[in-house]
Amino acid sequence: MKTTFSDQLKKFLLKNIVVIVFVVISTLAFIASKQSLYFLMSQLLERISRNSFLVLSLLIPVMAGMGLNFSIIIGAMAGQAALVIVTNYQISFWNGFGGIMLAMLIAAPMAILFGILTGMLLNRTKGQEMIASMIVGLFANGVYQFIFLFAVGGLFTIRNKDILLTSGIGLRNSITFAETLKFGLDFGGATKVPFFNILMVLSVIVILVYLGMFAMKKQLTAKQKSGIIVSVSVLVFSALIMYTNVFPLQVRMLKSLTFPAVSGLFIAALCGFNMIIIKTKLGQDFRAVGQNQHIAAVSGINVNRVRIIAITISTVLAAWGQIIFLQEIGVMNTFGSHVQIAQFSVAALLVGGATVSKATNNNAIVGVILFHTLFIVSPFAGKELFGDPQIGEFFRTFVAYGVIGLSLGLYAWKTLFTNKG
Amino acid sequence: MNKFLKNMTSGANLPRFIISTFFLLVCVMAFVVKIPFTTLMSDTLVRFAMNGVLVLAMVPSIQSGLGPNFALPIGIIAGLIGSVITFEFGITGFAGLGLAILISIPMALILGYLYGKMLNKVKGSELIVSTYTGFSIVSLMSIGWIIMPLRHPEMTWPLGKGLRNIILLDNSFGKMLNDFLSLKYARVAETGNLVAFFNRTDKFIMDLYPNNAAVVEFIIPTGLLIFFFLCCYVLYLFNRSKIGMEMRAAGDNPKFALASGINVDQMRILGATISTVIASVGIVVFSQSYGYLQLYQAPLFMAFPAIAAILIGGASTQKAKIFHVIIGTFLFQGLLTMSLPVANKLIVEGNLSEVLRMIIQNGVILYALTKVGGQE
Repeated sequence: MKTTFSDQLKKFLLKNIVVIVFVVISTLAFIASKQSLYFLMSQLLERISRNSFLVLSLLIPVMAGMGLNFSIIIGAMAGQAALVIVTNYQISFWNGFGGIMLAMLIAAPMAILFGILTGMLLNRTKGQEMIASMIVGLFANGVYQFIFLFAVGGLFTIRNKDILLTSGIGLRNSITFAETLKFGLDFGGATKVPFFNILMVLSVIVILVYLGMFAMKKQLTAKQKSGIIVSVSVLVFSALIMYTNVFPLQVRMLKSLTFPAVSGLFIAALCGFNMIIIKTKLGQDFRAVGQNQHIAAVSGINVNRVRIIAITISTVLAAWGQIIFLQEIGVMNTFGSHVQIAQFSVAALLVGGATVSKATNNNAIVGVILFHTLFIVSPFAGKELFGDPQIGEFFRTFVAYGVIGLSLGLYAWKTLFTNKG
Repeated sequence: MNKFLKNMTSGANLPRFIISTFFLLVCVMAFVVKIPFTTLMSDTLVRFAMNGVLVLAMVPSIQSGLGPNFALPIGIIAGLIGSVITFEFGITGFAGLGLAILISIPMALILGYLYGKMLNKVKGSELIVSTYTGFSIVSLMSIGWIIMPLRHPEMTWPLGKGLRNIILLDNSFGKMLNDFLSLKYARVAETGNLVAFFNRTDKFIMDLYPNNAAVVEFIIPTGLLIFFFLCCYVLYLFNRSKIGMEMRAAGDNPKFALASGINVDQMRILGATISTVIASVGIVVFSQSYGYLQLYQAPLFMAFPAIAAILIGGASTQKAKIFHVIIGTFLFQGLLTMSLPVANKLIVEGNLSEVLRMIIQNGVILYALTKVGGQE
């Protein structure tokens, strides 16, 4: 039986309903905000390079059936602790790149330890992982505050007095990396390259890969064909922007957009890692445990161990993600930078169309783009529509919480439904 | 004796044991660093009674099998709406307090009913879903506070839109319950003597002794205590009633309750509704004692200390008694009240008490969650 076009359309709409809704909301909010495309794009690119890594760090626990890992905030704390250590000794060789690498190196063992502990705890709260991971994050935040407000300066000596409170005990509320580590990952900003050049390189790579496939198999699937068409049009569009003046000024301005190349490479590497790990034995174990713990246990998988590994990987990645996030901002809000990252990362992933049991790289990237578009324009939209930017700000917080609540609720409902039926 | 000791330090009773020990330790320390004990005790008493009603809201939620009510902000929002409407009308005193509660309750009934219906659709994930439901409602209402058509000048910003973040209740129903039949001792600065006042407001004392010539050192908030224990008693009566017993049966063992003809889903809705109503009354009581209404993001995390309090009292996510509320709120609020001045004596900088609260509060909730998994 041949499916008609309207059937296909219906299927497509149902499958991507969340994404479509957010595309509509974000577009409307952008139009209402009366901001220029250039402003939106430049803000958005910054946020994509900052936040994608964190959002991508959520994928593996989802695969292992542990839901959305709200405890990535613990990883973020490890990242911040590492940055404090690096700032303390003022290490920033290779234009800061060395300092950031060192911070990542220092963060890893901490994050591994915290990840194992979190994983052990979540093994004792099976079925309630998400609320437990959220509360363990809040708990860890208390411990974090205790260490950095009362132990640092007393129990641990600090060399760099600039990051201490005047009393000598406790860290300052905000620590500026400024000259030392800001954009360290991109050698102090040296490797920020025009965004459309990156797009051109990417599309050439995609075209070459597909052509290579064609050369081997002598045929292309529909997906590969459309991939080539999209890549070619992106390539042409980027080239037109970079090297000609055919577009109106609004669009031509986009030429000066830049993107930190090394951060981009890190994000791409994590996407690759997420794809490759599914193919490994460990990845298969994740999926087996995620689908059914009992069956996985019967087939000889150490379920608890696999779950701990999943959370540990996620925690380490979150630590690195937070380091990437902070080195781009250049300022660390010692007691605030990490608090909201779990909510926002989870919300972004869900906006991208992920669910509690299924999340992909695409969900993460699309989600970051849509969620942060809304985040950037909603205060302006609130100001234009209601004369009060605050309304827009509260609206975006509402969207973040609401989308989490709604998708968790719908998922629980569906599970209940299938279990009954 | 040994068995008793073992019972007291195991399972859901462990947090109570640890916090009691801690509480006693802080009491001893307060004595050692010479902080006036009477002031601490009266502060504890006030905070115990003003938080008590909010903690009480956890009881029906846990008893009906929903677990601790992480969506407490829903009821809180209802109570705050009732309060601001009363404020707008300019009705003060006990009439204002009564009206605030009266307006809040029907709203809480509707919201609680809807919330209960929703929870029946997400059985097994109540805790995380209700947390985010509460968060969403608080952020949605933050927009509501801005666009609400209320005009009272003491409640709105002189410039710009919306209600203030903090609304002073002095000229409305602030401290009504606290001062009712209260016993206050004020120290007169000049002579150093204690003077007793019965059923008097702070304003009365200040007018009598202008320029802070007398400072209230000790207060027994009789009205507040009576109100709290009255709420406890009403809930106790409900628990003993037929429908109350059915509700508890539905929470205890849903399958068994269903077999004996109890509509479990309806009982869960009932539990959610009662919990929301108590929360709405609870925030009115809390605000009148605190002296301010706190709007916008303030209710966001209010569920957590209430949950921690009942868990410290010995409740679990499946079982709760009114006794747990009383003992838990007293221990938790007492510890917080005492630890602040003690910590400040020991460490001048920073707010150690706040950090302590975060660690204790979330540690206790986490401990209770590990017990959920253990019983599956």
